[in-house]
Amino acid sequence: MTKPIDHASTVTRDEVEDFLYHEADLLDRWKLDDWLGLLTDDASYYVPPNDKPEGDHRFTLFTVADDIVRLRERIIRLKDPNCHAEFPPSRTRRMISNVRITGTEGDLILVSANFAIYRYRRNETVPRLFVGCYRHKFKLTDAGLKIHERRAILDAEELGAMGAVSFLL
Amino acid sequence: MLDKPTQNGRSNGSYDGKLVVEDLENLTFQVHRKVFVEPDILEQENRAIFDKCWIYVGHASEIRNPGDFRTRHVAGRPVIFCRDRQGNVRALFNVCRHRGAVVCREREGNTRQFYCIYHGWSYNTDGSIKGIPGDDAYPPNFNKKGMGLVPVPRLEHYKDFYFANLDPDAPDLHTYLAGAKDYIDLVVDQSPSGRMEIISGVQEYDMKANWKLLVENSVDDYHLVSTHATWLNYMRNSGVNVTPAKGHMLPTKGFGKDLGNGHLTTDNPNYRGRPVARWISVYGEDAKADIDAIRNELVERLGEARAARVADTNRNLCIFPNLVINDGSSVTVRNFTPVAPNLMKVTAWALGPVEETEAQRARRLHAFLTFYGPGGFATPDDVAALELAQQGYAAWREVPWTDLSRGMGNSQEQLATDEGHLRVFWRKWDSMMSGAPA
Repeated sequence: MTKPIDHASTVTRDEVEDFLYHEADLLDRWKLDDWLGLLTDDASYYVPPNDKPEGDHRFTLFTVADDIVRLRERIIRLKDPNCHAEFPPSRTRRMISNVRITGTEGDLILVSANFAIYRYRRNETVPRLFVGCYRHKFKLTDAGLKIHERRAILDAEELGAMGAVSFLL
Repeated sequence: MLDKPTQNGRSNGSYDGKLVVEDLENLTFQVHRKVFVEPDILEQENRAIFDKCWIYVGHASEIRNPGDFRTRHVAGRPVIFCRDRQGNVRALFNVCRHRGAVVCREREGNTRQFYCIYHGWSYNTDGSIKGIPGDDAYPPNFNKKGMGLVPVPRLEHYKDFYFANLDPDAPDLHTYLAGAKDYIDLVVDQSPSGRMEIISGVQEYDMKANWKLLVENSVDDYHLVSTHATWLNYMRNSGVNVTPAKGHMLPTKGFGKDLGNGHLTTDNPNYRGRPVARWISVYGEDAKADIDAIRNELVERLGEARAARVADTNRNLCIFPNLVINDGSSVTVRNFTPVAPNLMKVTAWALGPVEETEAQRARRLHAFLTFYGPGGFATPDDVAALELAQQGYAAWREVPWTDLSRGMGNSQEQLATDEGHLRVFWRKWDSMMSGAPA
């Protein structure tokens, strides 16, 4: 009897941290096509509603619930100068911390991390602050680590002054 | 005359003090931008409009069971929307009778009582007083029984949509809603049992813009092509035909309608898909048979004509002053409240038939996010447009007039891309602000 592979032990926290820092850097520099390259071909991206952070997007109205098809369309939109909510594009700075490998789900590696994203917009001197945690599912592929599921959970009770979530959290 | 509104929009002030200027002879309709920036106008709106009109509180489906509650703000006042232990729907000011603290702090839940943490006064779910610690210290004439939570002066519903009115003398809700009732019916008819429900998950976000701009924006189809170019692109990429109809700005010829009492709607032949019951490629091939089945149920129950009315039109309905029900790519109930002349709080929900299967509900929610909400493909650009308008109003003294004359030459019909339905709102707003009979 062979011992089942412990997928969590196939990567180190250092590797996951490096990956998340690289991802944050791509997003902050609006290298969105490069960012898409970090995802699996069946990836999804979720931002649950502030009042139901543990909700399921099939039964609960989310802020964002993209499958890969819609996520690719979102990138097309974000790169378009007619994406008025992000023109000129927001200047963002992402702080990632408290990175942990929390377990596995089949061959997926579960990762949690905290984030604080400062978002500066044209005509606004005070940044809009987005604080929360990531619950990601990674897959180790022949091309290295990829994101299979990406979930950004905001801490605030309501979006309020954050306004629209028109950029990628 | 310098003060007169002119074609280039320049003027040195208000036109005889009028803020809404309609000239039927010269076919002009202008609104003074002072109405979007002046604090005294907001104060007047709060007294003359929000304290006099029926304001949306919530939907019966949100408080299904005895003891269920939701905390809300109605015209700026903290309110508990709840179902008491006897099953009656209540809207109570969320304010302790003793020293005025908010007594219910949670967003939602189920409870046997509301309890004030300050001195421990407690209330039953029907609002009656339950307990006052140390009540033997009160003088003999102290009326403990009369110290229950105060109900909103009026609470009425139409097909499970509950509204409150702070004016005890207001006309009843059904009379107030006038022609808007027919358009609520078109939404409710999507459910085989006539029961719709608010789906869990709320979107609450601010817009740095005057609240009246969202009334206009919610029903204004003129902005679709320019503001929502990326959404149209997304639809096109997904195989949806969004080519404008011959001689029109949009794929179909839709209308703007006056429903009486300041309520208004768009009424458009659908092209953008509807979970009930019009398939588009975005839903995927797998969904075709299911959409057909929903359609067949509609036809059986309502007949061919009514089924087509429900399934093949989308309607953005505005109930004066601040409730919008968009029955478009999905159904959204959206409520907005001014906090300052340049800031509003928006609350939006998704609405669906209670009978929906898991797959149908998932499709409805997916369809919602193609367009609506702070993370949707369209709403964030509306926010951007409205905030840009508000920024522009910093020059309201120099560039004072907003033009709303589109379609004024057409006496027969108003297109959804005209501004006839927007003028309905402004006439009602103007009459209430000047104290004219409603």
